[in-house]
Amino acid sequence: MSNTPSNLQYAKSDEWFDPATGKVGISDYAQGQLSDIVFMEITVGVGDDIEAGQAIASVESVKAASDVMSPVSGKVVAINEDLANAPENINSDPYGEAWFIQIEGGDGSGMMDAAAYEKYCEERAH
Amino acid sequence: MTYIPTSPKERDAMLETVGVKSLDALFEAVPAKYRFPKLNLPPALTEMEAASLLSELASSNENVRGDLVSFLGAGMYNHYVPSVVNHIISRGEFYTAYTPYQPEISQGTLQGIFEYQSLMTALTGMELSNASHYDGATAAAEAVNLAFAVFRGKRRKVVVSPTVHPQYRETIRTYTQGMDLAVAGDEADSDLQASPEVLLPLIDQDTALVIVQYPDFFGRVFDYTRLIEAAHAEGALVCVVANPTALALFKTPGAMGADIVVGEGQPLGLPMWYGGPSLGFFTTRKQYVHKMAGRLVGETVDSRGQKSYVLTLTAREQHIKREKATSNICTNQGLLALASAVYLSTIGKTGLQQVANLCYQKAHYAAAELSKIEGVGLCFSQPFFHEFAVCFPKPVSEINEHLLEHGILGGYDLGQDYPALEDHMLVAVTEMNSKEEIDLFVEVVKEVLS
Amino acid sequence: MTEPTIFDLSSPGRTGVTFPKPDVPHFDLPDESLLRDDLPLPEVAEVDVVRHYMALSKYNYSVDGGFYPLGSCTMKYNPKINEDTCRLPGFLFTHPLQPIETVQGNLLLMYQMQEWLKEISGFAAVTLQPAAGAHGEFCGVLMMRAYHKARGDDKRIKMLIPDAAHGTNPASAGMLGMTVKVIPSDARGNVDLDALRAECDDTVVGMMLTNPNTLGLFDENIEEVVKLVRNCGGLMYGDGANLNALLGIVRPGDLGFDVMHFNLHKTFAVPHGGGGPGSGPVGVSERLADFLPAPLVGILEDGEEDIPPLYGFVTPKHSIGRMKSFHGHFGGGLVRAYTYIAMHGPDGLRDISNYAVLNANYLAARLRGTFKIPFDRICMHEFVMEGRVEGSDVRALDISKRLMDYNFHPPTNYFPLIVREALMIEPTETENKDTLDRFADALIKIAGEAKADPDLVKTAPHTTPFGRMDEVRAARELVLCCWLPEGYDSEQ
Repeated sequence: MSNTPSNLQYAKSDEWFDPATGKVGISDYAQGQLSDIVFMEITVGVGDDIEAGQAIASVESVKAASDVMSPVSGKVVAINEDLANAPENINSDPYGEAWFIQIEGGDGSGMMDAAAYEKYCEERAH
Repeated sequence: MTYIPTSPKERDAMLETVGVKSLDALFEAVPAKYRFPKLNLPPALTEMEAASLLSELASSNENVRGDLVSFLGAGMYNHYVPSVVNHIISRGEFYTAYTPYQPEISQGTLQGIFEYQSLMTALTGMELSNASHYDGATAAAEAVNLAFAVFRGKRRKVVVSPTVHPQYRETIRTYTQGMDLAVAGDEADSDLQASPEVLLPLIDQDTALVIVQYPDFFGRVFDYTRLIEAAHAEGALVCVVANPTALALFKTPGAMGADIVVGEGQPLGLPMWYGGPSLGFFTTRKQYVHKMAGRLVGETVDSRGQKSYVLTLTAREQHIKREKATSNICTNQGLLALASAVYLSTIGKTGLQQVANLCYQKAHYAAAELSKIEGVGLCFSQPFFHEFAVCFPKPVSEINEHLLEHGILGGYDLGQDYPALEDHMLVAVTEMNSKEEIDLFVEVVKEVLS
Repeated sequence: MTEPTIFDLSSPGRTGVTFPKPDVPHFDLPDESLLRDDLPLPEVAEVDVVRHYMALSKYNYSVDGGFYPLGSCTMKYNPKINEDTCRLPGFLFTHPLQPIETVQGNLLLMYQMQEWLKEISGFAAVTLQPAAGAHGEFCGVLMMRAYHKARGDDKRIKMLIPDAAHGTNPASAGMLGMTVKVIPSDARGNVDLDALRAECDDTVVGMMLTNPNTLGLFDENIEEVVKLVRNCGGLMYGDGANLNALLGIVRPGDLGFDVMHFNLHKTFAVPHGGGGPGSGPVGVSERLADFLPAPLVGILEDGEEDIPPLYGFVTPKHSIGRMKSFHGHFGGGLVRAYTYIAMHGPDGLRDISNYAVLNANYLAARLRGTFKIPFDRICMHEFVMEGRVEGSDVRALDISKRLMDYNFHPPTNYFPLIVREALMIEPTETENKDTLDRFADALIKIAGEAKADPDLVKTAPHTTPFGRMDEVRAARELVLCCWLPEGYDSEQ
């Protein structure tokens, strides 16, 4: 079963948001669905003001391609430049090494908590 | 006649298994009022009759292997194709296979494409090649798509040299009409004598791509290194549309710093076939691989540890990315890419150099002889490969009519596309043209002008 | 055992075909700064080339070698006569820019091909220029856009596409910056009319519909679908990928479609060539005829009793422009398809679809008891079943790979996306009952193996020269080019 850290908030489109650091990434469930990720590209830059639901990155695996949306609105203060060179980290460490961007001023209170997200993932498996 | 192997008895048994009474009963979902239209087509021919009909059609053309001597090029060239090429691509294992989606039983196609990719990178001096586009014109248009994707649509200008093939420029305009993109640089009053650097003032921070041709449409060979450096200084990419035969002799666009090299692959072992199907080659640098359209074959190993090949990075393509894909390309020119690989392998390094040298020598002989005629001159002074522009004191159409009476297919009338080049003919000479043919061409021109 | 690459076989100084010495006086090459110093191509003899490609060809599965029931790809037998006709010297060695008087045979063939395709499809006009199906689609969508624009209707940006559509449909719309609205299918595999109705407004460019759709089903509400789209001012695009079911059965133009591409490499037996070249002519209704790409073939001067007409090129009034250089895939595409249509005639064409549909329904009937066929009703030329077996974790992919051990090419996998573990099977009309029976028997046997010995299926294929490939390694290491001669530096 997927790993779902309890300190994070989750979006229906399978991104996580860390209210403590403002970092954003994709969930363990999402990386498992995509399988082996071979390419990723962040499509926003530091200083951009972004809206919740806006595409911030695209990810390609051997058999699938997916856009990653920002789960919150705010200003991009950092992007993980190293991730494009090691997209496999999204599979191996989705909540650590594989954060995508860091957002200032994001409010994740409308998102799911870990328990709700786990339930949401389970429902989709059927 | 048809190719349906089912006997009436088998048909009836099958209908019974399906549970319907007749073939017609299979089509009840089709609205009755439109069902089973009567098609007004000629009655079926037997194979013997079809062979004779097609022979008749084919022989009512005048071809350039017997009927006519050709000095016509302008994007498609009369080259010799060694017999081996057609023998290999006529193997049913190659030509009746589908796109290699099942690599375990498609290694022949996959390794063939992998070798084609390798040969094209060697020829262009680039880092990688895709499995092909439809032709040179659409490959050039796909270069625009690549550049547009690299800049995520933020740069909205493409600068195209007026000396890029007119039909390629038209195709680029067709492809980009929904992209809110400006195509500039090839206005009707462009200075065609100028060096490539004439484009520099147009290249700015809004320019996604600069497209030049090598040799250009008039056959001229320019070193684009300075232009490419200047374009890079503005952050723009540069695409060189190259003639692959010329690349046997001349500095590669890769060595000049080009970001994308595309072109028409027909000179590499393909017939002219009245314009197609031919082959568009597309090569670029590694950093752009994810934005490149088209299929791509990569090396890997199978479950038994054997070196093998698969279609790779397929998630870029339309069947997965759908409306977000860079291009919608699906079927490309697989078999003809294989033909080019066989051609390049068979004639090899020495053969391709010989072909290119023969083209160069004979074209220069023809140019020298033509320019001896009073009133005839070469339009340009720059080095050229196997095609050159000549100006005449009479309309090209008149000269061509006369040439045709002598069994000669004259050159391309440049006045059709360039108002400034009225009475100018683009003459192409390849290894297929003998000295006698060139001399005859020159003689007839003399006669017309006297 | 694997075959080395052609570069591996290279030996310096070895030559294949050589060319004559120049017969003209010598001319110096330009300054060295303009020349390349090395040409890193292989150096091999002709016999090396022949044995190399002969060895590679043996690794391929092909229609000439066996049954190839790849759904939506129409892998029918490719008649040999077409290979001869398309290589007649009069076709091979004509230049696309020759004066029209010297190529009347080519132009007559193209003109008749336009006329025949119009008759077969019920459209008002046809262009032969597009190079393949996707290219034809792009051409069609460009015309739809141009049509609305010419009427000053700039707000139409929405393309309606069913969830079962081929990926090229949304990609074609995407290339023009249109917004794609996905329309779901209903329980019978038809377009969901309520969902369609909800999207039909004055921003609709049109709808791209494959009919029969990728489930192999003819849309039972096709007239209503066309009416809904037309009533909101939209145009109907027909994806001709599945035309093999409709020859002499129904004409898309009669049903109210405005534009459709043909896949000559599917319906009209142009060989697939391991991935092309194809040929993708496009037919249009009266409304779009003026927007066709240029040039078309027309009659420039009418003929008389003993004088044939003069064929040449014409440009439609509001043409979207040129889709590629020259005139389309003439030799390898049009000549083969022309030969094929000429040999079939109206009754032969109708039989193609009759038997393509019979064969698909027969296979479905044979397999219905073993595999689940969702949306199960009389299908057209193909059907989709679930590639899984109750009580086994074997997947559609495994079943596909195991079919190779029985010397069959697998069906299309995992498409359309709306069927779980989809296996899409299109037998075509050129297979006999024995082949269909052997194929059904193999699938039924594999279903048994999936339960009795799932590992046997999951590790298949076992009898092919190659096993399953490591696709992740290919994508991560990205080796796209083989060994190049020593000292060669791509940066030089």
